Amino acid sequence: MTFELFVFYVFAAILVFAATMVITRKNPVHSALFLVLAFFTSAGIWLLAEAEFLAIVLVLVYVGAVMVLFLFVVMMLDIDIATMRAGFVKNLPLAILIAVAMLVEIFLVVGSGNFGLDQFAAPSPLPSDYNNTASLGSVLYTEYMYPFEIAAVILLVAIIAAIGLTMRKRPETKYQDPSKQVRVKKGDDRISVLKMDAED
Amino acid sequence: MLALTDFLMLGAILFSLSVAGIFLNRKNVIILLMCIELMLLAVNINFVAFSHYHGDAVGQVFVFFILTVAAAEAAIGLAILVVLFRNRRTINVEDLDALKG
Amino acid sequence: MEILYLIIVLAPLLGAIVAGFWGAKIGRAGAHWVTSSGVGISALLSIYVLSGFISGSRELFNGTVYTWMVSDGLNMEVGFLVDRLTAVMMSVVTFVSFCIHIYTIGYMAHDEENWPSDSLAGHNSYQRFFSYISLFTFSMLMLVMSNNFLQLFFGWEAVGLVSYLLIGFWSVRPTAIFANLKAFLVNRVGDFGFVLGIAAIALYTGSLDYAEVFSRIPGLADTQIQVFGNTSWSLTSVIGILLFIGAMGKSAQVPLHVWLPDSMEGPTPISALIHAATMVTAGVFMVARMSPIYEFSETALSFVLVIGATTAFFTGLIGVVQNDIKRVVAYSTLSQLGYMMVALGVSAYAAGIFHLMTHAFFKALLFLAAGSVIIGMHHDQDIRNMGGVRKYMPWTYWTSLIGSLALIGFPGFSGFFSKDAIIEAVHHSHIAGSGYAYAAVLVGVFITALYSFRMFFLVFHGEGPRDSHAKHHLKESPKVVTVPLVLLAIPSVGIGYLTMDTMLFGEWFDNVLFVLPQHDTLAELGEHVHGPNSMIMHGLMGPALYLALAGLVVAWVIYTKKPGIAEIIKTRLEPLYRTLDKKYWFDEAYQFLFAGGSRGLGNALWSKGDRFIIDTVIINGSARTVGRIADWARTVQTGYLFHYAIAMILGLLLLLTWFVIA
Repeated sequence: MTFELFVFYVFAAILVFAATMVITRKNPVHSALFLVLAFFTSAGIWLLAEAEFLAIVLVLVYVGAVMVLFLFVVMMLDIDIATMRAGFVKNLPLAILIAVAMLVEIFLVVGSGNFGLDQFAAPSPLPSDYNNTASLGSVLYTEYMYPFEIAAVILLVAIIAAIGLTMRKRPETKYQDPSKQVRVKKGDDRISVLKMDAED
Repeated sequence: MLALTDFLMLGAILFSLSVAGIFLNRKNVIILLMCIELMLLAVNINFVAFSHYHGDAVGQVFVFFILTVAAAEAAIGLAILVVLFRNRRTINVEDLDALKG
Repeated sequence: MEILYLIIVLAPLLGAIVAGFWGAKIGRAGAHWVTSSGVGISALLSIYVLSGFISGSRELFNGTVYTWMVSDGLNMEVGFLVDRLTAVMMSVVTFVSFCIHIYTIGYMAHDEENWPSDSLAGHNSYQRFFSYISLFTFSMLMLVMSNNFLQLFFGWEAVGLVSYLLIGFWSVRPTAIFANLKAFLVNRVGDFGFVLGIAAIALYTGSLDYAEVFSRIPGLADTQIQVFGNTSWSLTSVIGILLFIGAMGKSAQVPLHVWLPDSMEGPTPISALIHAATMVTAGVFMVARMSPIYEFSETALSFVLVIGATTAFFTGLIGVVQNDIKRVVAYSTLSQLGYMMVALGVSAYAAGIFHLMTHAFFKALLFLAAGSVIIGMHHDQDIRNMGGVRKYMPWTYWTSLIGSLALIGFPGFSGFFSKDAIIEAVHHSHIAGSGYAYAAVLVGVFITALYSFRMFFLVFHGEGPRDSHAKHHLKESPKVVTVPLVLLAIPSVGIGYLTMDTMLFGEWFDNVLFVLPQHDTLAELGEHVHGPNSMIMHGLMGPALYLALAGLVVAWVIYTKKPGIAEIIKTRLEPLYRTLDKKYWFDEAYQFLFAGGSRGLGNALWSKGDRFIIDTVIINGSARTVGRIADWARTVQTGYLFHYAIAMILGLLLLLTWFVIA
């Protein structure tokens, strides 16, 4: 067993463990944290596959942004965990059955018979001056220019959508309306004369 | 030596686990979203593995896009969740049957 | 030349248009003047044409006046074929029509009495009537002068239309409306066959022109076609029978005869013109005109013969028990039409046309005489109420006697020559069914004499009318009525004697009527007969004359000498009397079968087809089925996210399984 293989197995074991925890923990916060662990370990696995840029993006984007968002939401919402867990045991046999069936079927396809070393020889390690980021960029900004821009638009839409969905106006909030400010007139808008009885 | 099949099997296990997760946590939308993230991760692992074994960067480009979409999906999904909770005071899927036929 | 024929055809049409559209403006006198003069011009010119043919100075004319359209090589034209047959028909039609026009002036003089005072149709009904009969003359001329099947069909339908309009002329009478609808419907049945026949001709010969069709028929004589699956039929037989079905409708042959007696609901001039003299003989004319087709199919000829013989005999029998004066004459007409068909069936086309001509005169005469009596009796038509009319209406009496004698075939009168020629022709024929036909026409002669003189004696002899009021008013009809009677009586007596030799045995119909040598019964007869006197002598030796005399005598004994006998016979032969009185239950059978059948079918289609299958099953049923399916399907939409997720995952699993297995 080479060192590479050993590292892979370790990471894989942690990843499977973390994934199992994600789906079985009672507390969504724990689940989210285990998901972070899963992302970290898979980033490690991607490093083994010489995808350094993606590995760091996974950590930055997922762990840094998405998972934080998850945690934020989980903590913000007042969730009744007990009712959420109802039916967990009842569904367990079915879940296991379907998952195992799916796993067996996928294994039948992706087993070493089809995708072993005989079919796909391990690529020789890349030279030390190889820059994964640069090579990815050279593909991304040339051949995949348009999809890349579409991806950018999708992100923009997601931003606007998320803000639009969650934004709400509270009646007590004070805010400026520049258009109204501009349209203000000299007379009545600025000064209003109140008539009141003289006070003794 | 590390073979392609190892990556793929890892992806398969991860995928099956997330499927099981969807069944198990069927009432909790947040966990459901997490399971979807796991599924996407499993797919991404496959892409990265294939990219590595084919010596072709395009697979990684795809992962890049999937990450983009996944991030957008998570953002919008969570936003919906927040709005949902704000309006219904619950995210229990069993209470959300307004579209019942 | 063309102009002459155009004038003959268009003069009545012009009269009809003027009287029809401007009747109110030109008034009664204007209407009958314009129409009568139109038909008068036609009559004069027709007789001029006929005389041209007689003298030999006139040649056959066959020309197209106007090409309406050409479709797929099929010419649809308006054209005239004027040969000797046409000339005879034209003269008969226009002459009888002219007489009827004059007669109508008297008959319809008080027509407003026939309408309720508030009836809109009663306004100017007099002018309308003249317009109709002129229009009829135009249509009939178009029919007989046609040189192609399309125009023949046009004339055929146009006379049917006018017949319909005129039977129902007194549209405020329910019986008249019933009768004209009946005539129209029964004629549709015949016309269906007629149209199919024309279509078959157009299909197999590719032409509608008589001359072209006739020239191609010999080549098609052996053609077999498939009708009703795999049965093989001779083309000429099919065409012949189909065309004859049209003739059966128009000429009221059994079993399509039921409309003719009812058509007597129309005014009497119409019964005389349309339903005795001209229109109903269109079928006879048509078959004679199509002799080049019929000659090539013995089947069709036999069919014509048997139908004709049946009509001649059985409808004559009904005439014996009728009490309505016009219906007696109507059944007599049916019977005589049967005789004409019999003549055609034995290929004695000339005899058929000859009988058509003589019959047109004496039957129109009889009808007009009956109409004259009806006028005298103030529109009471029951012969049991009449009697002794002889004293009051001498002109009517004598002309009626002439008509009746002509009808029964008294020697020397026109009917004798034509009827005897038919009987002898049948006697000489060897075609299938000729034995039956011979027996039928012979017995028919006796029956003809019986019902003719039964009516004659009941109406004119015996004691005066039962109703003393009627008796008081009974007087001879005006001149406009009696003059046509005399005008018609002259040819009823003499035309047979004068024309018999030429028409039957001479060269008159050479190249017009086509007879195969083996069918030529008239030629066989011609070997024994030389001239009308010889025909009379020949008749004295045959059974027909004595049967006719026997009929006359029996009628005289029963209805004049011993009036009680009729009642005794009636009670003794109750079933037979009932059968005849009910006209063999044809009307009831049709009422039950076709009227009831279509009502039943309609009801069934309505309740089962429309209400059940369409409304309940298809429309409401489909809606309900969709509703039920949707009702069930909507439960699939639980609204629960996890159900959708499970469905997706199961689907994925399924696809995956398929992928792995495949």
